[in-house]
Amino acid sequence: MEHSSLAGRIFRGIALALVLVFFMFPIVWIFLMSFQTNEQILRIPPRLVFEPTLGNYAALISGQLRTTAGNLEISFVHNLWNSFALSSAAVVLALLLGVPAAYAFARFKFKLGETIAFTLLSFRFAPPLLVLLPLSLYYQDIGLNDTYFGIVWVYQLIALPLILWIVRGYFEDISPDIEHAYRLAGHSWREAFTRIAVPLAGPGIAAAGLLSFIFCWNNFVFALILASADKQPVTVGALAFVTASGIQYGQIAAAIVLSVTPTLLLALYAQRYLVEGLSLGAVKG
Amino acid sequence: MSILQLLHTSPLTGRKARPRGRWLPYLLSLPALLVCIAILVPFVTAAAYSLQRYRLNLPYLRGFIGVDNYIDFLSDPAFWNTLRISLVYTALTVILELLLGLGIALLLRRPTRFHNAVSIVLLLPLMTAPAIAALMWKLMTNPGFGILSYLVSLFGVTDFKWASDPSSALFTVVLVDIWVYTPFIMILLLAGLRSLPRQPFEAAALDGVPASFVFFRITLPMLAPYIITASLFRLLDSIQQFDIIYAMTQGGPGDRLMVFQVQAYLEFFQYTNVGRSAALLMILWLITNILSNIFIRNWLRLRARAHGQA
Repeated sequence: MEHSSLAGRIFRGIALALVLVFFMFPIVWIFLMSFQTNEQILRIPPRLVFEPTLGNYAALISGQLRTTAGNLEISFVHNLWNSFALSSAAVVLALLLGVPAAYAFARFKFKLGETIAFTLLSFRFAPPLLVLLPLSLYYQDIGLNDTYFGIVWVYQLIALPLILWIVRGYFEDISPDIEHAYRLAGHSWREAFTRIAVPLAGPGIAAAGLLSFIFCWNNFVFALILASADKQPVTVGALAFVTASGIQYGQIAAAIVLSVTPTLLLALYAQRYLVEGLSLGAVKG
Repeated sequence: MSILQLLHTSPLTGRKARPRGRWLPYLLSLPALLVCIAILVPFVTAAAYSLQRYRLNLPYLRGFIGVDNYIDFLSDPAFWNTLRISLVYTALTVILELLLGLGIALLLRRPTRFHNAVSIVLLLPLMTAPAIAALMWKLMTNPGFGILSYLVSLFGVTDFKWASDPSSALFTVVLVDIWVYTPFIMILLLAGLRSLPRQPFEAAALDGVPASFVFFRITLPMLAPYIITASLFRLLDSIQQFDIIYAMTQGGPGDRLMVFQVQAYLEFFQYTNVGRSAALLMILWLITNILSNIFIRNWLRLRARAHGQA
């Protein structure tokens, strides 16, 4: 499979360059746009050299947007905070619920465990609206509609299967002999779990947590249905922002950059674990 | 107590545990079980709704009507449109992403530092929220100033309206889907390619076997489990696509992009027809269920192998 011929190498070089342009261009372009005034954006032909401005970011952070219809108060920073709070809380809850269960599924063969693991897995692949629409009616009845807790709870649909299946794989890879030896020294199962199993599965738990955070942050449809304006994360907030700000394209671009930066940085940091995480442990990276 | 006895009574072996040990697995998985039940309840409710005449604006008409919601679909052109668009969207995205992802994985196969850097950078679209990705492409395809509109105008295409024209809307959302999800296929296949044993390739090289033969008779068959896993993951997500299409056009222009979940969302929130919305989602669930059964069977085999090797 080694293409060492000159033609082969040139072909591969061009192909790779095209691939890089296609996948990177949108991110680079929106990034550049976020530092342009509306006048600069509307210029035709578009220019690559321009006087950068921080005005779009300043307007977003102050929450005062100048539009043709006058001043508009939109708190995009609040959306960012919502995304952060909702995703973090969801991941913490999922780790608390999921890690002990993953340990139980890995160490004990019991029917209920398999049933739970597969039910959660199959719901990972079921249409989210199927659960969300009836849930939104229930939430209205029990007063959970438009609450942080209500949203964090449905985020378990995203985070829990991920954590269960990835962490379970890590626990299965640790030989139970180590824990046996530790138990023989007179320690309880709880000590064996917290001092041996959890630290050894640490990288897997961290990877599953990071990935769950990214997927919760990127989720759109859950909050679209369950959250009103002041509980909305950036994904839903950005869409509302586009509708509200109309033609303030520079500010829209800046809002997009602020929305994607946290997950992109986390992804670069966690890239070693992405293969496993994305395939729920089916493919080892 | 001998060591053997102790091992036997330890909860780690699962059998012959002490009374408390026997309950341990159940105790540990209790919270996850509660979440499961909390998901199952709305699911069963949705199934029940699909058998009712249930409109939020006409609550007094609510009642059990059997499978009438489903039968209505048979004569409803909007339903057939939804089914057709969903399937076409799924087929186009999965096939194109598979071909493109496989091609890129082959390009990056040798684990050089440069190739590794490229494969990491290519993950960025995948980690962008799909709804936000749709907004990015919306800005780039704006008829007034969008860079892509400008670029196609350089080739003499002055009136290309991307997502706002019925004839190019599907092309545009498929393009966004490809941008977001091709890296998913790429990264899985790349991991697969790099984990293949070297011997068959070395033997083929020694015998001077032509590259095309190596590719179709060695590489592809050995890569098959990875290809199946990656494409079924994508298949299940793609047939349920909501974020990209909703953020881009809300199913429009007209009903050009009315895929299942967008249609169900609008039935529920715009037409407040809970029964119909639930029935649509049940049909989608049935389709995904058939697909996931195929998927989970293959996936478990692969997972068992991955852990067997580790």
